[in-house]
Amino acid sequence: MPSENYDFALAIGGAAGQGIATPGNILARLFTRHGLHFNAYNAYQSIVRGGHIFLTTRFSNEEIYSHGDNLDMLVCLNQDTMDRHLGLMGDGGVVIFNSDSISAGEMEKNVQLCPISVKALSGGSSNKLIQNTIALGVILALVGMDFEVLAKALTQQLQRKGQQIVDENVAAARAGYEYAKENFQAHTKTIPDSGKPKAIWTGNDALAMGGAAGGVKFYCAYPMSPATGVLHWMAKNARELDIMVRQVEDEIAVANMVIGAAHTGARAMCATSGGGFALMTEAIGAASIMEIPCVYINVMRAGPSTGVPTKTEQGDLWQVLGASQGDFERLIAAPIDALDAYNTIPEIFNLCDRYQCPGIVITDLLISEGTFSVDPDNINLQPEIDRGEVITTGSNDGSYLRYKNTESGISPRALPGLEGYAHVVATDEHDENGVIISDEYTDPIKRRRMVEKRARKFANIVDKIAPPQLEGPEDAEVTLIGWGSTYGVIKEAVSQLAKQGITANQLSVKWIVPFHTEAVTNIINNARHTIMIENNYSGQFFRYLRSETGLNVNGHIRKYDGEPFMPHHIVDGVKEQLTENTTHYVPTQEIIV
Amino acid sequence: MNMPANKILVIDPEKVSDFKGKVNPDWCPGCGDFGVLNSLRKACLELELKPHDILTVSGIGCSSNFPGYFNSYGMHTLHGRSLAFATGAKMANHKLNVIVTGGDGDGYGIGGNHFTHTARRNVDLTYIVMDNQIYGLTTGQVSPTSSLGMKTKSTPFGNVEFQFNPITSAIMNGATFVARAFSSDPKHLSDLIKQGIAHKGFSHISVFSPCVTYNHDNDVPFFRERIRKLEDENHDTSDWKSACEKALIWDDTIYTGLFFHNKEKTDLGHREPVLDDGVAVCQKQTELSEGRAKTIISRMM
Repeated sequence: MPSENYDFALAIGGAAGQGIATPGNILARLFTRHGLHFNAYNAYQSIVRGGHIFLTTRFSNEEIYSHGDNLDMLVCLNQDTMDRHLGLMGDGGVVIFNSDSISAGEMEKNVQLCPISVKALSGGSSNKLIQNTIALGVILALVGMDFEVLAKALTQQLQRKGQQIVDENVAAARAGYEYAKENFQAHTKTIPDSGKPKAIWTGNDALAMGGAAGGVKFYCAYPMSPATGVLHWMAKNARELDIMVRQVEDEIAVANMVIGAAHTGARAMCATSGGGFALMTEAIGAASIMEIPCVYINVMRAGPSTGVPTKTEQGDLWQVLGASQGDFERLIAAPIDALDAYNTIPEIFNLCDRYQCPGIVITDLLISEGTFSVDPDNINLQPEIDRGEVITTGSNDGSYLRYKNTESGISPRALPGLEGYAHVVATDEHDENGVIISDEYTDPIKRRRMVEKRARKFANIVDKIAPPQLEGPEDAEVTLIGWGSTYGVIKEAVSQLAKQGITANQLSVKWIVPFHTEAVTNIINNARHTIMIENNYSGQFFRYLRSETGLNVNGHIRKYDGEPFMPHHIVDGVKEQLTENTTHYVPTQEIIV
Repeated sequence: MNMPANKILVIDPEKVSDFKGKVNPDWCPGCGDFGVLNSLRKACLELELKPHDILTVSGIGCSSNFPGYFNSYGMHTLHGRSLAFATGAKMANHKLNVIVTGGDGDGYGIGGNHFTHTARRNVDLTYIVMDNQIYGLTTGQVSPTSSLGMKTKSTPFGNVEFQFNPITSAIMNGATFVARAFSSDPKHLSDLIKQGIAHKGFSHISVFSPCVTYNHDNDVPFFRERIRKLEDENHDTSDWKSACEKALIWDDTIYTGLFFHNKEKTDLGHREPVLDDGVAVCQKQTELSEGRAKTIISRMM
């Protein structure tokens, strides 16, 4: 009988080049087609071959928000995986490994070791990747899925490589499947009946798709991990979707080309990571003073400088807050998960168009390179598109003022090519008519007028954006505060705490600028014990929160080892702080890759 | 000084002065840039271009104030980044005539990377550099095109670095129309600008535009004594080797004129399949169709 709550975590570890991505993708497809929710995190290194890769996947019949804590199944493609990761096994777990080359580790818990001889089961195949296929057969047998779904998936995945390859792999998978049925015990967690199929995407896919749905027609980039996936999605879909995609010489060119394209009226976007974003910063101020709407995405990785290119961190908040010289208007949003990242792009574009300013989306590797299931009905591919105040009909009057000093601060835009509205947009301070003030005489009255005009656009902007909500019981013992990508892991920590008798609620902030000072202040003032959770060392968001609210919190949980939080890291920190009166907790990362 | 009223720009120019912008240049009296400004106005009038179909883009520097003095759409952007802005604008609206203006520091110094790659891509832009071999707006420092030994505020004992050669660089990087002119010969200059605008591809016109305030080495007489026009030398503009050889000559003779012209190489816009339907990127439909939306989702299942 299927268990009510099916929550299964499976990891595959091996060296780069051992082909972990393929079985990972096949499993994701199989389980999400079966209707299960899916969440995957791939820990890897900046190396194309060699190094160590550890892909954690988690499936459940209920919504899941992180890659979890323990493993139910571990597939070791090399000895390294056995040696490093056995400790993650939960009680009743299963470890699958090639006994030709890997020796079993010592296990204290009740874990079933499943040695398979790849040589014997493959009939001595010289194909080095065949062990992955055999392992897939073993996995399917032990989780209790029908072999035919695997045969079909393998055929689909491999058919372009020819029938011989398909046959070889299906035979190997079947050998693994049958061997496992005869020799090993099925995992005690029984897969539930199939439900509504889910779609799968990465956070980078979601960001790119958000652009496509939000009307982006010009996408420009310089490759940089972990944001390159956005470029890949865009490049692959560009022609079909009529999007101009350019890869150019550096991020400085990217940032400025985007403004040039946006000035003509195209929705223009780019994505990079912290290092590339550093090069883009001068352009962001330029877009702001010229009042040209465009969107910049910064997908954070562990810094500073080159830092740890394939690891995650929330370390760029102050860079983004301080991006570009001067005192100016721009929007900053930190999506809380992949679907939110998707929805954020059209949302921020509409705001940028309405308020004629640049927008910055700050996210991180955990979201961008994570793979997630999503209910296809939740993806709105035809979101509202609001281009703001744009003049579309020509005029012979010639009195147009591009930067007209209006009450709202918003001056209707005329786009190049429209007769009768010729004007200059300048990065120099200018007057209403676009003439730079240093061309006449530097005029403090005009300067003040234009600063205030631009600032007025943002006067009530916070009311146009949904404030953050407190999730969970209002009078909880502890309130966990985070921003951006930690939303999911905090949510799981909250439910684990509840099971352990600790009531917790959570506040996850998405909008950095504008900041919902009133809403956040009210939540914190009503909280009994507040703990801030950040994937960085210095508490960047905490310092920002203080600057915007003047409030303090009771404690902090911070992680800055390159790996994302797992739910128990937060649970352990909360418990320690509540019982031992401590205020600072740094969890230890168990997965060493 | 009274605040000038908002000047009404001419919609349909009939004379050169109709291409005047909202304000008059604040350049020093005698600055070479005046000659370039007038030559571009004349070229646009003779090509019968309308101000609303032109986008002038500049960076930062004395000469980069150019768009404000010219009747067209304009972008006065960041130091060194004019070609990046212009490429974005041209690719998003290929129907605009995009003319980029700036100085030697802006284009060959801080903007050198973009100069290289815009030439390589052969973007259909006209790039006019007013080369005065000095940083003027910052009151006289050495520039990439300053001569060896030149004394400036930042090289008080003489420049020890070699000159950048914009002509050979543009040719070697793939530009398809490469010319040099002299701002005191506006007829020759405006003729080259006309050809450059008409050329489909990246046209680079490097103009000697002497700085009367900070560069006393390379003044108008310096160039007058040395300049010889390629048009008088039977130069073959399809021969890149001969073009480079002539561009490197910098002694008693300095050549101006059209060094190199490649009419075969297609520009980026014509190689970009998204523009095959002729619709400008900025005018393409923004909403995804039902069918496209379904395809996207089906690939995720």
